Amino acid sequence: MEPADVAGEFREYNLAYYDGSRRRVLVTDIETPFPEGKLIVSRTDVAGVITNCNQSFVEMSGFSEAELIGQPHWILRHPDMPPAAFKDLWDTVTRGTKWNGYVKNLRKDGGFYWVYATVVANVRDGIIAGYTSVRRKPSRTKVREAEALYRTMNQG
Amino acid sequence: MTLQFTVSPDFPADRISGWYIFNTWMQRTLGTGIHLEIYNDFGAQRKAIADDRVDLIYANPYDAAMLVREKGFVGVARPRGRSDEVVVAVSAAGQVIEVEALKPGARVVSTDDPDIEMMGMILLEPADLNRQNVERKVCRTYVLVAKALMNGEADVGFFLADAYAKFSPLIRDSLRPLVTSQIHVVKHLLLLGPAARQHLDTLRNGLLAMADDAKGKSMLDGLGLDVWEAVDREDVEFMIDLIDTLVE
Repeated sequence: MEPADVAGEFREYNLAYYDGSRRRVLVTDIETPFPEGKLIVSRTDVAGVITNCNQSFVEMSGFSEAELIGQPHWILRHPDMPPAAFKDLWDTVTRGTKWNGYVKNLRKDGGFYWVYATVVANVRDGIIAGYTSVRRKPSRTKVREAEALYRTMNQG
Repeated sequence: MTLQFTVSPDFPADRISGWYIFNTWMQRTLGTGIHLEIYNDFGAQRKAIADDRVDLIYANPYDAAMLVREKGFVGVARPRGRSDEVVVAVSAAGQVIEVEALKPGARVVSTDDPDIEMMGMILLEPADLNRQNVERKVCRTYVLVAKALMNGEADVGFFLADAYAKFSPLIRDSLRPLVTSQIHVVKHLLLLGPAARQHLDTLRNGLLAMADDAKGKSMLDGLGLDVWEAVDREDVEFMIDLIDTLVE
């Protein structure tokens, strides 16, 4: 992330990912509301690299489609999200089981948006060929609960 | 062997003759007998599918998973540009102006159209509503759903967006739409079962050419469709995966 892409004052974090990658992210407190009536849809290969996404994904992430395709899905990872949540996601979907959860995503401009995310394995001829992730508008009650839970998890 | 054809029961009642004409066209195109069976509701149609009494179906997207993954159906074609979208609406006489104002215990009215019910319940989630904390009422038609709202018998209703758009001004003025889905990928589609598999290419080619002449266009008009587009296996599997993320 580059300061020129970020809107307003920001904080800087260094994130480490499960695949050993590291990334500097710049974060603001600006929330983008979830678009009414829409779903954010993306698909990845088995390694979590984005292969398809819809227009709502592009608009909410702040990236262009060309910037997203071919990138690891952790490009959206917000530092407030506990790593254990994503470990649970991957442990679940690699077993072929559906995963649901409330996720705070990071935008290219350093802002964030909350979603209720569901991820399913794309099973073709008995083999997991990739994953489909669909995010929908979350209730604010559930977002507040998730904020409190993730804060506690990050402190622990 | 006579093939068995059926149509998702949510088709508009004024299109029934169009589907019988379409069935006659399929018989001529495929050179085989085809019986069109119209079921009154989704329950009766699902029983027929479970009993292997369906070979061709213009299917509701909600039922595609069962047909493809359990019964071995394959996608033939779908109407281009016609996705199933839902309008969530309340009575215009009430105070509710946004989904978040609805409360647990809300009385929800819809038809038995399964994809519209599924998407409608998702659009109520921001109000912390779910199947366990609402009261459900099912009506036979969207006009009756509207009447239930207008008469105060329900607090919120789900409508197929195409049906809502065709309401008279009198009905529309009595309702207040809170949100309309823009999902775009949930679509009805024509599926063909294992017993009819040898007809796949002939049927698909005939459907794709249907809009090329006046007679075909007239038949499409009779169905309320514009043009067919081919679907491949991955198109159908993607829609099923997406719907899988939306069901509990």
